[in-house]
Amino acid sequence: MSTVDPIAERLIERLGGERPGDSVDWIAALRSRAAERLAALGLPHTKIEDWKYTSLKPITKRDFARPDAASATADAGAVEALRIPGLETHRLVFVNGHFAAALSDRDLGAQGLTVKSLAAAFAEDPEALRDRFAALAPIDFSGFTALNTAYADDGAVIRVAPKTQVERPIELVFLSTPQGQPVMAQPRVILDAGHHSEVTLIEHFVGLDDAANLTNAVTELKIDVGAQVTHYRLQRESRKGFHIASIHAEQAENSRYASHNVQIGGQLSRTDINTALNAEGADTLFNGIYLLNGRQHSDTHTRINHLAPHTYSEESYRGILNDHARGVFNGRVYVAQNAQQIQAYQQNDNLLLSGRAEIDTKPELEIYADDVVCSHGATIGRLDDNMLFYLRSRGVDEEAARGLLLYAFAEGTVEKMGLEALRTWLEGFVIDELPQAERVREFV
Amino acid sequence: MSEPMLKIENLHASVEESEILRGVDLAVNAGEIHAIMGPNGSGKSTLASILAGRDDYEVTEGRVTYKGQDLLALEPEERAHEGVFLAFQYPVEIPGVNNIYLLKAALNAKRAHQGLDEVDTVDFLTSVKEKMKLMGMDESFLNRAVNEGFSGGEKKRNEIFQMMVLEPELALLDETDSGLDIDALKLVAQGVNQMRSPDRAIVIVTHYQRLLDYIEPDRVHVLAQGRVVKSGDKMLAHELEDKGYDWLRQEEATEA
Ligand SMILES: Nc1ncnc2c1ncn2[C@@H]1O[C@H](COP(=O)(O)OP(=O)(O)OP(=O)(O)O)[C@@H](O)[C@H]1O
Ligand SMILES: [Mg+2]
Repeated sequence: MSTVDPIAERLIERLGGERPGDSVDWIAALRSRAAERLAALGLPHTKIEDWKYTSLKPITKRDFARPDAASATADAGAVEALRIPGLETHRLVFVNGHFAAALSDRDLGAQGLTVKSLAAAFAEDPEALRDRFAALAPIDFSGFTALNTAYADDGAVIRVAPKTQVERPIELVFLSTPQGQPVMAQPRVILDAGHHSEVTLIEHFVGLDDAANLTNAVTELKIDVGAQVTHYRLQRESRKGFHIASIHAEQAENSRYASHNVQIGGQLSRTDINTALNAEGADTLFNGIYLLNGRQHSDTHTRINHLAPHTYSEESYRGILNDHARGVFNGRVYVAQNAQQIQAYQQNDNLLLSGRAEIDTKPELEIYADDVVCSHGATIGRLDDNMLFYLRSRGVDEEAARGLLLYAFAEGTVEKMGLEALRTWLEGFVIDELPQAERVREFV
Repeated sequence: MSEPMLKIENLHASVEESEILRGVDLAVNAGEIHAIMGPNGSGKSTLASILAGRDDYEVTEGRVTYKGQDLLALEPEERAHEGVFLAFQYPVEIPGVNNIYLLKAALNAKRAHQGLDEVDTVDFLTSVKEKMKLMGMDESFLNRAVNEGFSGGEKKRNEIFQMMVLEPELALLDETDSGLDIDALKLVAQGVNQMRSPDRAIVIVTHYQRLLDYIEPDRVHVLAQGRVVKSGDKMLAHELEDKGYDWLRQEEATEA
């Protein structure tokens, strides 16, 4: 018997108990395997290379409880206020990881589309999930994946039939609300995009009332031949909250995966986004931004695995860091030996607004093929003096000029997003995060 | 006679210990157009930048009076509000900042300073579009980012267009003619001539007589090695065109 990590042991004790699907043999077996891996792995720590810059002490020193399904409610008005103006979606609302049917759209499906809570999918047709649950996210990707696999309370299962173009985006709202003591919300999302289908998924994490909870989310995306998945992630946890997430995508021939990742909230967050380009013509866009201030710490690790010839990836992440904020960006691009004639571009640009803000940025290229086009770059800087002077020489005062340039910098990420209503709505949040919010509003 | 609008006296400026302006004297009256010529690196852009408020340079001696006030004491934006405008030799691209937003913000900032209300959006757009047409610019430029992806000539035309919208009292045009084709040059000259007014002074930095065929200057100055070494009327520009700057150096040598 291997030794049990003491942190894991405490988690296992606190989070155990009955869950939907337990009566199904393969689910129960998978969960206990995951719990075993968790016991052996524990949670990541800074001695692990991939976690070097992110200490999880603020998380491990707290005892998060399992959220209570019965209290999975929230003020309907507050939930309504979270709608993205002008955007019609199929909306599911989760409260601390539990599906809240009363707050969600009633009619979730459409022609060629089924959307269910994970609990409902386990109850109605567990067999359909046998090859899918934990198929793309390795149980031991990290202690957190093991944790989610063993103890996810609920989540969403989305299936898009081949050749279906889903018109309205599917929007998953994950609310984190105070519930007596800090809780651990663990949603699990599984999406299957059938061949030549098109779908947009929005994962929207929102912390209400200064919730000091931990979200530990895992999302698995299977993108079949010729399918196109556009994935928006908006992380707006409360400033007291914690956010850990990993996204695992697998892409078949000629598929396209676009990931737009906006990180604003949380005192400590870590997001891993991984995709495997498994066959020719597969194409990936990773587009993201982190806006950090105060003492926020945000860590983004991305991995793009080019496993077949003629595959393409483009990655662009931007960061604005103020005060004592700390950011980490690590972009790994792996090119297998047979993956000839691939193209991979990566860029990470950061603006530091304070002498005490910090960013650790690192591209990591691992290339085994010889006929490839790869580029990467990282910048850490301040606002451009020439641009500032130009604006001021036109009469824009210094503060407004700074705000305007910051906004323009963030716009570089936002403008890559295809959904206009979402873009407009998001621009408002971005402005709110800027030190000169009031002044910028005068311009845009 | 009344005070000149702009009066530069014995201006010395350096950057990182090296002196670039070595005692510039220049006076420009309202209603006049002055041309400044001079060899590469003589300090023309430095002078224009200092007047607009760029703080890369250290003014070590001398003073600049604009409309009776100490110009060098003002922030760049305050100078703009007071009517100073610089058309840059190399206009910077500002991705993400819309041309139209910038123009409106610039105009409203100036109006606020003058105690006026914000411009009416409809009136503003109408007048802006008229001016674009004069500069031969497509309306689509309004919704593009400032100078982003503009060709060299388009950037220059955009500077003049901004000047026409902001209606400065003192316009400094730094080599707005370089990189322009003949048609664009005529448009720019037309724009400048239209701005000519008894209340406005215009200072044009140029290397070429060609522009001065279209815009008739009241005075022509030659800046060399950080000083105004010769001033004259428009004939001076012709002379320079014929004889080059060597002629001036020789003349200076004989005088000495
Ligand atoms: N920020 C700076 N740092 C260092 N040197 C500078 C700086 N700005 C100007 N200089 C130097 O000062 C001198 C004058 O430059 P300036 O740009 O004013 O010349 P100019 O007369 O406008 O020339 P051109 O006709 O080529 O435009 C040059 O030798 C230039 O290299
Ligand atoms: Mg110059």
